[in-house]
Parts: sequence; structure tokens; C-alpha cells
Amino acid sequence: MSHLDQVLLLTVVLTNFVVLGTTRLSTCIRAIAVQGLLLGVLPLVLHPGAEPGLVALAVGTVLVKAVFLPSFLLWAIREASVRREVEPLIGYITSLLLGAVAVAIAFAVAQRLPLPEQSLALLVPVGLSTVIIGLLVLTTRVKAVTQVVGYVMLENGIYAFGLTLAKRVPLLVELGVLLDVFVGVFVMGIVVFHINREFDSLSSAHLTELKD
Amino acid sequence: MRLIALILVPLLGALIASGRVLTARRRVTCLLAAAVVHLALTASLWLVPAEPVLGGWLAGDPLGLVVLSLVSVLFLALAAYSVGYLQVENPRGGRLFVSCLMGFLAAASLVVLSHQMGLMWVGLEATTLSMAPLIFHRHDRRSLEAVWKYLVISSVGIALALLGMFFLATAQVGGGTSGPLMVLEDLVSQAPAMSPAWLKAAFIFLLVGFGTKMGLAPMHTWKPDTYGEAPPLVGALMAGALTSCAFLGIARIVQITTSAGLADFIRPLLIGFGLLSLLVAAVFIVAQSDIKRLLAYSSVEHMGLLVLGLGVGGVGAYGTMLHLINNGLAKGLLFLAVGNVVLATGTSHAPRIHGILRSRPVSGVLLVAGLFAVTGSPPFGLFLSEFTILSGAVRGGHPWVAAAMLLLLAVIFIGMASVILEVAYGESDPALPRVRESAWLTGGPLALAAGVLLLGLYIPPALHSLLARAAASLGGGAP
Repeated sequence: MSHLDQVLLLTVVLTNFVVLGTTRLSTCIRAIAVQGLLLGVLPLVLHPGAEPGLVALAVGTVLVKAVFLPSFLLWAIREASVRREVEPLIGYITSLLLGAVAVAIAFAVAQRLPLPEQSLALLVPVGLSTVIIGLLVLTTRVKAVTQVVGYVMLENGIYAFGLTLAKRVPLLVELGVLLDVFVGVFVMGIVVFHINREFDSLSSAHLTELKD
Repeated sequence: MRLIALILVPLLGALIASGRVLTARRRVTCLLAAAVVHLALTASLWLVPAEPVLGGWLAGDPLGLVVLSLVSVLFLALAAYSVGYLQVENPRGGRLFVSCLMGFLAAASLVVLSHQMGLMWVGLEATTLSMAPLIFHRHDRRSLEAVWKYLVISSVGIALALLGMFFLATAQVGGGTSGPLMVLEDLVSQAPAMSPAWLKAAFIFLLVGFGTKMGLAPMHTWKPDTYGEAPPLVGALMAGALTSCAFLGIARIVQITTSAGLADFIRPLLIGFGLLSLLVAAVFIVAQSDIKRLLAYSSVEHMGLLVLGLGVGGVGAYGTMLHLINNGLAKGLLFLAVGNVVLATGTSHAPRIHGILRSRPVSGVLLVAGLFAVTGSPPFGLFLSEFTILSGAVRGGHPWVAAAMLLLLAVIFIGMASVILEVAYGESDPALPRVRESAWLTGGPLALAAGVLLLGLYIPPALHSLLARAAASLGGGAP
């Protein structure tokens, strides 16, 4: 594993912490755009030699994760006039601390799961920590839009791990793009909710009419 | 060819029904036709097994055939019901509703026939998406809330399952194969050479991921809301077919890990999730006054029984396969009977409904039959399958598991009976005069009731041998 991919992967982890620590929704979305861009170029850095399958994977990932999804989310915020704050259920400091715990757990678990190909070993903890932090954002942020951000991070983590298989079965890794269909449905749902004015706010904490 | 047709016929039907070329009546005819053709193709697989196609990516093994037969039979009963249902409740012409029903059938067939795990995952993702417009059929605030919860929770489950699939592929690469990856038969045969650590990680993520789709506790939280708001036949389709497809995903990874010799690792996890689901179901059923939410917790209970049967192994695996069929038929019956009650009274709040046996005699009888069927009373099929799982637990050396299961089943029986019998008996509401019910609304549930009753009295030899072969592939045996 060369110097460059280590820098890229550690930057991916840093973008997770940007999402956990920021108060502004637009910063969250920009952070996952940067994350998408980093993950998009990674297959080319990890497996130099410009194989067509890997180039297609890289181009597709950059287009979807770094260009299309972030601009779709920013459009949804404007369209549905969402307020710009993140509105967490737990404080920012607690979020960051939990994020640090997540990274520690991810590295500890990765120790016990040795990859067949040692040179890609850093992908495992980075992928797992992004998955855990994505779930953390999904469960501890009130707004529907921020939950979508958490879901995209979860997806990015899965993709990062999938890169260990990218050379062998690129098609399997590309299946991850089907998860973006859910993101599309969520964002359209958010916009349509607003147009119908069925909810006063997009906060899913308001989705509590159905309870035992 | 027949394997491909099983997927393409409903898919084609969905495409035709989604266009504006057909009238509403023709669209329903198209749905019925697709259901009949699908069932005929499934029946032909019983008589003449099909060779695997597309390089082994599609095949019909015993385990898959059990689930396929259940889905196909249930779907035909539900398609017939939808004719009557769409006459009563149909805010927007039913174009999307009918085509999503057929889209679901195509996706479910893909899940069942795929022997390439990535393709199977694609099918499961498609079943999840095709359900969303069906749940949102009424387009009101409550169904919006229900569909949002369903999609958020299921999408996380399906994402975790994809990570589990990646772990499985990593295990297979580590096992040193150079051939194509992720084909079920190869995975089973190569499993002993794979890294146990990666296989265990794959098992955990697939169990949690597909368990979320199946509605195992504690990942069941979407179920009461979704089943409470979905139209009756959609609830039946989810509780009978969608959950069975998700269960098949878990059964596949059980096949692989059992072949790798990891039974001691997976069985306690399966038993744990099973008992927890039974416990959660029992607690919430006792305190429940909404009949549709009651059914949701009953579904959590039966999903728990399915994984419990796999967990105890031996004849428990046979019991699980039989229970899968019985549960699907009984859930279809009960959801449609409750659906008729809710359509007639306009509420699902049990304390406000009385005397259904007087005002809607056919649906009332179906409701009571469904209650006894779903709670596992003799002579219905669920008694037999639950008893087989129980004896699997005792013979497998888990007497405490068997005792806990019996206790929780008794609590669930009392909780369900006290609500449903109140609804069925008593003086009927004077505002609800006795009317003749549409045959479309009672034919499907009557057929399902007959099926679940028959399976309690007699298991045909062909079915027995299929179930025994399916159980054998899961590391179990026939009684």
C-alpha cells in the first residue's frame, strides 16, 4: 500500500468526523461529497494499471457519490426550505467521542479479520468505521435529510470495504449503486412531503402518530 | 427456460399493467393470468425438475422450491382477493398497485431461484422497493409515516446484508478459489477451506441484515406500523411471502456456514434471536387492542419460530420448512379475514368491533379459524410444525428452550384469543346490517384455510420428501 492511498483513506475517516462535528447541514453534504470523491479515485490508486472495469467503477462512483447525490441533496434542502441546522439528539462533543470509539472498535475488529491480500489491509478498518459512524448519524440526528446523509455514509463504508474485491469481482462492488436508489426515494419523499405539507417539519421525530 | 419464465412472466405483466393501454378491469385480468401461469410453472417444477440455467446462476433446489410454491399459491389467492378489494378501496385507478404486485412476484421469484448470492441480494432489494407503493396505497398521512419507517429500516438492513455478502466473497477469495465467486453450490463445497473468521462475520451481518427484512426482534420495529397501515392483501403478502424470501437468505448462509463446520457458532445465535422474538411478540400481543398490529406481532412470533427451528437443528429444520408453508398460508388467511372486518367496520380498534359472526358470517368464521390456525391449535398445520420444532428442541438437548417456547406460545394464544374472540362474538353493531359478502373477498381466504387445515391432517408424500431434502441441505433431518 503506497503513501497516497493511506492519505486518502485517513482523509475519508476525517470527513466522517466533519459530519459528526458540524452544526450546518450544507457542510455535512459537502463532507460526504468529498468522501465520495476520495472513494471514487481510490480504485485507480490501489490498483494502478487502468483496467477498463476499474476505470468504469471509478468514473461511476465519482459521478454518483461526489456530483449527483450531493447536488440532489442540496437541491432538496432548497426546494423543501429545510432549516440549516443539524439538530442532533446527542451533543456534538458526545458525537465526536462516540465517533472516536467507533474508529477504535473498527481497528480492533479489523485486527481479527486478516485480508487474503495484505496490501489492502487499511480498507477494512476505514470501511467498518465509516459504516458505524454512518449508523450513528442515522440514529442520532433528528432531521430526515441528515438521516439520508448518515445512510450515504453507511453506503460509502460498505463501498470502501468492497474495494478489497474490486479487482476480482467489480460487478459485485457495483451492486452498491442499487442502494443509491433508496437515497433517491428518500430525497424525493422529503421534497414531496414538503409540497404536500403533510408534516409541519421534516423531522422524523414528528413521525410518531403510530406508536404503542 | 421455465426458471427464466418464472421471473419474466410476472415482470412482463407488471410492465403491461403499468402502461395506460389497459382498462382497470383488463389490468386485474392480467394480474390473475400472471398468477395462474406462475403457479402452473411452479407446479411443473414439482413434476419435472428444471436444469440449472445461466451457468448455474438460476436453479431450483428443494429449499428454493418450498419457498417458491408457498409464494406462488399465496399470490394467486391474494390476486383473486385484489379483484374484490380494488372495487372497495381504490383511490387512484390501481395502475401502480397492480403492477407493483406483479413486480413483487418477479422479484420474489428471482430471490428464490438465484443461486448466485449477489443476484439474490438484488432480488431482495427489488422486493423491498416494490412493496413501498403498495403500503402507500391510501396516500394519507398515516400510510406515509408507515412507508417512511419501513423504507428507512429495511434499507439499512439490506445495506448491512450487502456488507455481509462482501465478507462472504472475501472468505471465498481467501479459500483460494480461482473460479467464479458467490455461486451457492461452490460456496457450500468450498466452505471448509474458507477462513472461519470471515464466515462468522458474514453470518452475523447477513443474519442482522435479512433479519431486519424478516422482522426478527429487536429489528422488528417497522412491522406493527407497516402492517397496521398497509392494505390487507399487502399485509398478507409481506407476512407470508416477503418475510419468507428474507428467511431464505438466512437459510442460504446457514447452509454455507454449516458446511464449514460452524454449526456450534451459528446455532446459539439463531436460538437467541428466535426466543427474543417470541418474548417480544408475547409482551406486545398481551397489551394490544388493534387487530392489525396484533397480526404484526404474531408475525414476529412466527419469524422467531422459523429461526428457532434452524437453531435447534435435527428435525427442527424439517419443522421450520413445514412451518414456513403453514405460516404463509395462515397469515394470508388471517390478514384477509381481518381485512374484511376492517373494510366492513372502518376501524381496526378491537374494542369498537363486536359480533362479526352475526353481521359478516363468512368472514367471522374465517377470522375464528384463522385465530386457531395461527396460534397453532390442532387440527391446523401450524400445530404439527410447531410440535416438530418443539421435539427438535427436546431431542437436540435444549429442554429449557422447549419449555420457554411452550410458555410463550401459551401466553400468545391467550392474548390473541382474548382480542379476536371479542371481535367475533357478541351482539353485532346495529349500524352494520348483515349483507352477503363478495365471493372475491372470501374465496381466497377460504382456499387458504382449506390448505392450512389439510396440512394439519395429511402431508402428501411428495411434499414430505421435498421438505426432508430441504431440511437435509440445512443440516437437519426428517422425523
